[in-house]
Amino acid sequence: MAISVPENVVVSRLDSLASWCRKNSLWPMPFATACCGIELMATGASRHDLARFGAEVFRFSPRQCDLMIVAGRVVMKMLPVLQRIWQQMHEPKWCISMGACASTGGVFDTYSVVQGIDRFIPVDMYVPGCPPRPEQLIQAIIDLQDKVQHEGTITGREFGTRSRQQTKRALVDLPIITLPWGMAPAPQGIREN
Amino acid sequence: MATQETTLHPADADDRPQQQDYVWTLNFGPQHPATHTTLRLVLLLDGERVLDAVPDIGYLHSGFEKIGEHLDYNQYVTVTDRMNYISPMANNVAWHESVERLLGIELTPRCKYIRTIIAELARISDHLLCNGAVGLDTGAFTYFLYAFYQREVLYDIFETLCGARFTNSYTRTGGVMYDMTPLVVEKIRTFLKTFPKTLDDMDRLLNRNRIFVDRTRGVGILTREEAINRSASGPIARASGVARDLRKDEPYLAYADFDFKVCCAQSGDCYARYLVRMAEMRESLKIVAQALENLPSGPVNVDIGERTALPTKNQVYKTIEGTISHFELVMSNRGFEVPHEESYAAIESPNGELGFYLAGDGTHAAYRARCRPPSYIHFSLFPALIRGHTLSDVVAVLGSLNIIAAELDR
Amino acid sequence: MIQPETIAAFLAAFPAAVHSEFRGQTRVVVPVGSLIEALTFLKNKRKFDLLVDVTAVDYLNYRDADHRYGLVYLLAAVDTSERITVRTFVDDPTPTVPSVVPLWEGANWMEREVWDMFGIRFEGHPDLRRILLPEEFTAHPLRKDYPLQGRGERHNFPVLHRAEG
Repeated sequence: MAISVPENVVVSRLDSLASWCRKNSLWPMPFATACCGIELMATGASRHDLARFGAEVFRFSPRQCDLMIVAGRVVMKMLPVLQRIWQQMHEPKWCISMGACASTGGVFDTYSVVQGIDRFIPVDMYVPGCPPRPEQLIQAIIDLQDKVQHEGTITGREFGTRSRQQTKRALVDLPIITLPWGMAPAPQGIREN
Repeated sequence: MATQETTLHPADADDRPQQQDYVWTLNFGPQHPATHTTLRLVLLLDGERVLDAVPDIGYLHSGFEKIGEHLDYNQYVTVTDRMNYISPMANNVAWHESVERLLGIELTPRCKYIRTIIAELARISDHLLCNGAVGLDTGAFTYFLYAFYQREVLYDIFETLCGARFTNSYTRTGGVMYDMTPLVVEKIRTFLKTFPKTLDDMDRLLNRNRIFVDRTRGVGILTREEAINRSASGPIARASGVARDLRKDEPYLAYADFDFKVCCAQSGDCYARYLVRMAEMRESLKIVAQALENLPSGPVNVDIGERTALPTKNQVYKTIEGTISHFELVMSNRGFEVPHEESYAAIESPNGELGFYLAGDGTHAAYRARCRPPSYIHFSLFPALIRGHTLSDVVAVLGSLNIIAAELDR
Repeated sequence: MIQPETIAAFLAAFPAAVHSEFRGQTRVVVPVGSLIEALTFLKNKRKFDLLVDVTAVDYLNYRDADHRYGLVYLLAAVDTSERITVRTFVDDPTPTVPSVVPLWEGANWMEREVWDMFGIRFEGHPDLRRILLPEEFTAHPLRKDYPLQGRGERHNFPVLHRAEG
């Protein structure tokens, strides 16, 4: 039995529609720490104009964002902050690791630099370069949009599967360093800095 | 007690604000749009008035100085790019200035001129971002876009010069990576013609803008005595009346050949720092124009007989001296002849005195590579500058100090 | 860069100081006991009013080194553009030097960084805490016996998975 639809009606799966809405309204959270942050600013600024690709609404509150762009190296004092911000973002959320330092540590194979943020938080897209050109970042966002479209929302297995939850600890068996984060009170007894 | 005064003296110890129950604590950073980079402040507030600020840094500490003990003198230049990433060229020049002081290399005149040109272009690019960010934080978004557009033009020039738009790594021991081509000269000439117009526009946008002037004038005052006592340098010290500019006082590279002024102000507030930076860009343009007109011909790298600069491909393939020199420099157990000595050399970077204290031990890498970072020293001024002002002044003062976290923490 | 009478006056006041020149830079080495007097003399009598930098060098593997740590004070004069480098040496197990914060406010953070990176104590410093590394960190990374890649501190964190987010 053929169902006739009017000309201005498009039939699609709800899943595909929801993904389509999602992929074109990515709100990035710029976690800009170092040099790549300047290129991230350049991507959003006059010449490269990220607004052409529907991802220009930079919001600095993690609760309003669904895409975290980690631009720059993350060091051990910063990593707990990164994890806290990642946890504050709402599902569904994605993460772009921009530049060599965020992805692998880059040239900084030193005592304090985390050798790739994907050891500690999930990452969807890696952008090579030190720092990547704005065009590369735009390409990464386009690729991520493809991923969002194909991943699906209602049937997507990416989120919500609790079975993969493992409590993997660090690579080295040392006591966890707890660092102050959030609104810590001022240390007592400090006079002058 | 809430202090209205803007002097630098710390609050009286008996009136510690922590003991008063209406005082509240606000965490600012390390991830905050107005910090631009990663630094953290714990602010003690009485209403909107800042009673005290406790900076907490190290959120980008990457061990630059430790890595400087493992990379050789040419490799480390890539790391200095990432130090003050707003003006990488100035860092490259500063690093090799120190290395050449340690090794005792005298550069060729052409190399000196080229390095002077790129250092001044880097200064323009740094001041553009700094002032643009001050504008952005105080609500002038258009100004920021003007500034960023011109930065893209500068990136283009650097890309034509050395192939990388951002992290240039342009200098080499005893020379530079590539000679300046006619195309670069032409691009710089065009920039010299077009940029003053933008600069005039930027002046007109902000210099007499009521909102901007009200938010910056009289805010964050640094007196001359305090500027010297707290080791300030660069535009921040000059805005407080310290007429110290290494380009004039200890002329390095080719600065002795040029006619330019040292820009100073008296009032030492955020507005003065903004004006000094605007004026310095015009002076930099003058220096670049003079250098470009008088660019000497001749070789850009020191002679291969000195065994410091890598010979060109042509020299390696066609002359025996070139082959030997290349071999000697590239072999891991050869390389430069480094004295067992320590030396310090500094340049007037866009942010202030940027120097490297190097200890050589005869090997290919420095024994100790200490960087004297202007951002680090300027950020220690911050609590004294902000005390007594309101919360909204925090961003204006931070912006006018031009704190770059990678240089701050290294 | 430095007037001859400046260095002559300094050497007359501090006969124990060792004076050397290298590529136009004047360096003096003073014993740690007379460090403060030497810096006070340079600041008050010879107008070296700007403390450019305070740093340290660990001479653990350095050829012909007699001491473990060297402290370096770079001074400059704003008016005359003179420069001088003052060095002093300290040793393990408790390397300690007097703080110069009473002379220059700007030394505050510089000395904190030296403490953080080398573990050299500054006596009389108003607030000697770690500045760049977290308080929990135990080592002093710019010492020569600390490895470049660290001792695993950089990977000592919990791991977040997709499902936990």
